[in-house]
Amino acid sequence: MTANGWFQILLFFGLVLLVTKPLGKFITRVFSRERTLLDPVLRPLERLIYRLSWVDENHEMGWKEYCISMLLFSAISMLVLYGLERLQGFLPLNPQKFGAVNSPALAFNTAASFTTNTNWQNYAGETTMSYVTQMAGLAYHNFMSAAVGIVLAIAFIRGIARRQMKTIGNFWVDLVRCNLWVLLPVCMVGALVLVSQGVVQNLKPYDTAKLIEPIQVPRVGTDGKPILDAQGKQAMDTVTEQVIAQGPVASQEIIKEFGTNGGGFFNANSSHPFENPTPLSNMLELVAIFSLGSALTYTLGQMTGSQRHGWAVWAAMAILFFSGVAVAYWAEARGNTLLAGTDQKGSLTQPGGNMEGKEVRFGIANSALWATVTTDTSCGAINSWHDSFTPIGGLVPLANVMLSEVVFGGVGSGMYGMLVYIVIAVFIAGLMVGRTPEYLGKKIEAYDVKMAMLVVLVFPLVILVFSAISAAFNFGTSSILNPGPHGLSEILYSFTSQAGNNGSAFAGLTTNTPWYNIAGAMTMLIGRFLMIIPVLAIAGNLAEKKYVPPSLGTFPVTTPLFTVLLIGVILIIGALTFFPGLSLGPILEHLLMMAGKAF
Amino acid sequence: MSKNSKAVWHWKIVKRALWDSVLKLNPRKMMGNPVMFVVEIGSLVTTALLFKHGGAIKFNLQITLWLWFTVLFANFAEAMAEGRGKAQADTLRKARSETVANLLEPDGNVEPIPSSKLKAGDLVVVSAGEFIPSDGEIIEGVASVDESAITGESAAVIREAGGDRSAVTGGTRVLSDEIKVRITSNPGETFLDRMIALVEGAERQKTPNEIALNILLAGLTIVFLLAVVTLQPFAIYSGSPQTIFVLVSLLVCLIPTTIGGLLSAIGIAGMDRLIQHNVLAMSGRAVEAAGDVNTLLLDKTGTITLGNRQASRFIVAPGVTEKELADAAQLSSLADETPEGRSIVVLAKEKYGLRGRELGSHEAVFVPFSANTRMSGVDLNGFQIRKGAAESIAAFVSQNGSKFPSEVRSTVEEVARSGGTPLVVAEKSRGALGVIELKDIVKGGIRDRFNQLRAMGIRTVMITGDNPLTAAAIAREAGVDDFLAQATPKDKMDLIRREQADGKLVAMTGDGTNDAPALAQADVGVAMNTGTQTAKEAGNMVDLDSNPTKLIEVVEIGKQLLMTRGSLTTFSIANDVAKYFAIIPAMFAGTFPVLNALNIMHLQTPQSAILSAVIFNALIIIALIPLALRGVKYRPMGAATLLRNNLAIYGFGGVLIPFIGIKFIDMIITRIGLA
Repeated sequence: MTANGWFQILLFFGLVLLVTKPLGKFITRVFSRERTLLDPVLRPLERLIYRLSWVDENHEMGWKEYCISMLLFSAISMLVLYGLERLQGFLPLNPQKFGAVNSPALAFNTAASFTTNTNWQNYAGETTMSYVTQMAGLAYHNFMSAAVGIVLAIAFIRGIARRQMKTIGNFWVDLVRCNLWVLLPVCMVGALVLVSQGVVQNLKPYDTAKLIEPIQVPRVGTDGKPILDAQGKQAMDTVTEQVIAQGPVASQEIIKEFGTNGGGFFNANSSHPFENPTPLSNMLELVAIFSLGSALTYTLGQMTGSQRHGWAVWAAMAILFFSGVAVAYWAEARGNTLLAGTDQKGSLTQPGGNMEGKEVRFGIANSALWATVTTDTSCGAINSWHDSFTPIGGLVPLANVMLSEVVFGGVGSGMYGMLVYIVIAVFIAGLMVGRTPEYLGKKIEAYDVKMAMLVVLVFPLVILVFSAISAAFNFGTSSILNPGPHGLSEILYSFTSQAGNNGSAFAGLTTNTPWYNIAGAMTMLIGRFLMIIPVLAIAGNLAEKKYVPPSLGTFPVTTPLFTVLLIGVILIIGALTFFPGLSLGPILEHLLMMAGKAF
Repeated sequence: MSKNSKAVWHWKIVKRALWDSVLKLNPRKMMGNPVMFVVEIGSLVTTALLFKHGGAIKFNLQITLWLWFTVLFANFAEAMAEGRGKAQADTLRKARSETVANLLEPDGNVEPIPSSKLKAGDLVVVSAGEFIPSDGEIIEGVASVDESAITGESAAVIREAGGDRSAVTGGTRVLSDEIKVRITSNPGETFLDRMIALVEGAERQKTPNEIALNILLAGLTIVFLLAVVTLQPFAIYSGSPQTIFVLVSLLVCLIPTTIGGLLSAIGIAGMDRLIQHNVLAMSGRAVEAAGDVNTLLLDKTGTITLGNRQASRFIVAPGVTEKELADAAQLSSLADETPEGRSIVVLAKEKYGLRGRELGSHEAVFVPFSANTRMSGVDLNGFQIRKGAAESIAAFVSQNGSKFPSEVRSTVEEVARSGGTPLVVAEKSRGALGVIELKDIVKGGIRDRFNQLRAMGIRTVMITGDNPLTAAAIAREAGVDDFLAQATPKDKMDLIRREQADGKLVAMTGDGTNDAPALAQADVGVAMNTGTQTAKEAGNMVDLDSNPTKLIEVVEIGKQLLMTRGSLTTFSIANDVAKYFAIIPAMFAGTFPVLNALNIMHLQTPQSAILSAVIFNALIIIALIPLALRGVKYRPMGAATLLRNNLAIYGFGGVLIPFIGIKFIDMIITRIGLA
């Protein structure tokens, strides 16, 4: 670890802290329908949208109507994406003449993946998707799935803040306002900034460049097996040209980070120089990933009238973030202990540490930071290969996702995930002070606990069950590229990432198979929508409750003690659920590596 | 009910509980407790496999036995909690034993019939020495009644027709006089019947928080079930498949058996603690609500102040000595049998050594208080001494040609302002002699209690019929947060409604029939046992001692109940950390010796590690039974401090203790060769 590395991490977090309050305040204004500077331009546009879509902007919805609207919207959006993928061959803006996405299972998996804000990619963008699919299909979902997450968090916060009301807002109005006021303006500016750093934005066919030094590559068939020549030796091809993919990247890149989607335009995601060309673009993308999650804690405080509570929640997130990044950075900077005698120290001339699978322009600190940030949130973008991390370095992203991404979290989903943990923490703590537990004046009762436990259950259910099936049967294990505990980590990571709607891949697992496509799609859909229903149920139930004024007898949710308690509950629930699996995966792998055995 | 059964481990109760814990193994009974039901299923599975194939029989047998012990210990905890109630119910049943009732027929004849035949509306006559056959209301007569069968209090109480002390309870005994009682309960619905059902826990329903907690525990159980069931495929993948015995052990150690096993015991014990305080809660819901109370409505008289006002000072008029005033005041009060009157006699004696004189009717004529003159006094040797309210005495004085001194008037005002009641004493010829200050005596220590309540976040409101001036002064002296002066039943009701509209929970005590609507409206309504039947039915608790101050204890018991649940839940979940470190390395260290790095307790062998965890898991239930029955220690303090303390004890303690306990058990069982 270097001082410079830590300086960059602190600088990053300082920037996040800087945007938290203004952005959080702005979000409150947007969803409380208060005046903002953007109103003169956006209000007419907003009204036009409502008129065209027959939305009554003054209609308020109960949680069920809100939920059904959201589900319908998501289902139809998902169908549209599926259709686009299958029909892109007949549509314009397809300079590379890509045909339909080649299997229905893959198209289904991808549609589920982008609808759920997961952006798990079983395909390579530049060789599969036409520009129209990228823009109207994938980027559209990047905006919409992010907006859905945010409005759900807002609906939950309204549930806490409202008193004896049956409604929690209007889904369509929230969705439109979120896009027009929050996502689009930031992304328009952000995309231009990224272009300034060298991110491409065009609709041109791919370029080809002559290689200065032609290279020989082994010839493989479509089945991936080597092809032999007449003498029975491996046949080789000489490559003299490189195809350089193009496309409307910047516009998609910014929402990919700001909306914590993570689905790369290119297969190499944010390690590709056209997605993330410079350390500055890297820093800005990182800040974009955390900013909405962080700002929503401020919005929580503001809308519920307890700003200190908002900060207490923020503090819990900040502590969990720093714990993760410190471990990941330490593990990666330490390098591989098996490479004894090799100089792995960072210096002016070499980044040091474990540089396998990392970009030289990012180095150890920014790679470890990126891996932590993208898994704290549900972003899932990568700028280095998590599969090549040391076991402990790789444990951090995995554990982050297993804690169900509540450290700033996916936009909105992190907030409502955190609120569910808060409900549980407040319930246990509330009992300990001898009262029926209350959260910001709302009693937490059997119904709320039941719904919160449903949310908590969904996660281990899909991750553990699908991982266990994958580990037990040949159709699962045959995809594993690395044997031993590392293979188990790969399976666990894959389902954890999809259940958490993260989308980052450990890689090392061939997931474009019927089993992983279908099971993965189910995992993503369950991980998103089965969780949302009980979450909204809690919101609706809380909104209907009476407000109980706080007294000295009420356990305060604004103190450092609350922060500690919340962290404890998150860690204990997460650890207790996944410790057995982890102990046979990354923990065992780490111990074996220390004993001299690597995979 | 006896007050002396405070000890948790009473041999008779233990004996009955031991047998009950076996009876409770009935799966249909276990279903109500999802956590322990899973343990029982696990025990059944391992037992079945035990006979199927041997394997490591010594280890497997021990695991199976300890799994059964886990279930039995939990049942034992519940049975222990129920035991005390059952013992009390037995005592009460004796009181209910068949008695003969003297039914008063409409034609005036008295016919003896068995008490069980009495219906509501029947009239009975009960004479000295007889048991009152059923609940009822005295319609004629007055009697001293021994209610010790119900209250445990041996001193007799007076019950009389009319007013708020007319209710009598079946099973109590008339000591003197004869009363005519109208029966108000049908057979099987009497107070005694209800009381038996309550202490036995026959009607026990899960309380709202208990239900919520059960859901949390069931949810956690499913999470762990998933974690353990899916561990086997991972284990097989890793080339280290596990036996069912090991997997069941892991599952049982992880699911929250500690709190799951003690949960119902805690609830029953909470109700029981109330009964130990001679308070009967009609539902567990009421006990929980008591913990949530935000506002206590306390009647001034009897709760905040001693029953009656007492003379505290003599303040003379110009030209009168204190001794003269005291003498006159004492004389005027000699025949005054009211507590206030008596206190005047006592004060004069204490302060000026004036002895109460026996005055015969030949020398003195006592003038009793009349609503007309609003004065009382004595005519003696030609003197006419009167005492009464300032206005009445002023009229008396001016009638007799004297002037009412302005000094006296200002004294009167001053006394009233400071919360006292001024009585002016006058003599016909001398005019006003001075003022007696009657004061409410605030109970000792009550101020501290209110401070404690405030620290707990509970607001106290004093209810009084006094004028606002007096009320304010007493409120200040007693340290209540607010007061309601010149309160009518309607004012009380409005206050409760207002507080509830703000989302607050209100507790109050009451005894009169006119309290009934407010008792019913309040979230916690404690009716005094001396009160009317209507009041008792309207409230959700009855205080057998009829001590309104006990409301404060009721609140504390409610809080303690919730705290015990929360603390043991935290403890139970925190325990899992150590169990993981015991069991996981033990499961896989055979295949991957490097995993011994996780065996941070350095447990001897994989078998001893797993066995130790299972034994600890079972024994901790037994170890915590006294805590579950007694409740965690409760000291009044703010929620923040309380949480910090309990988190430190039950959270961090919950993480640490099993490390020590498991290590200790591991050392013992390897020493004696069990593993």
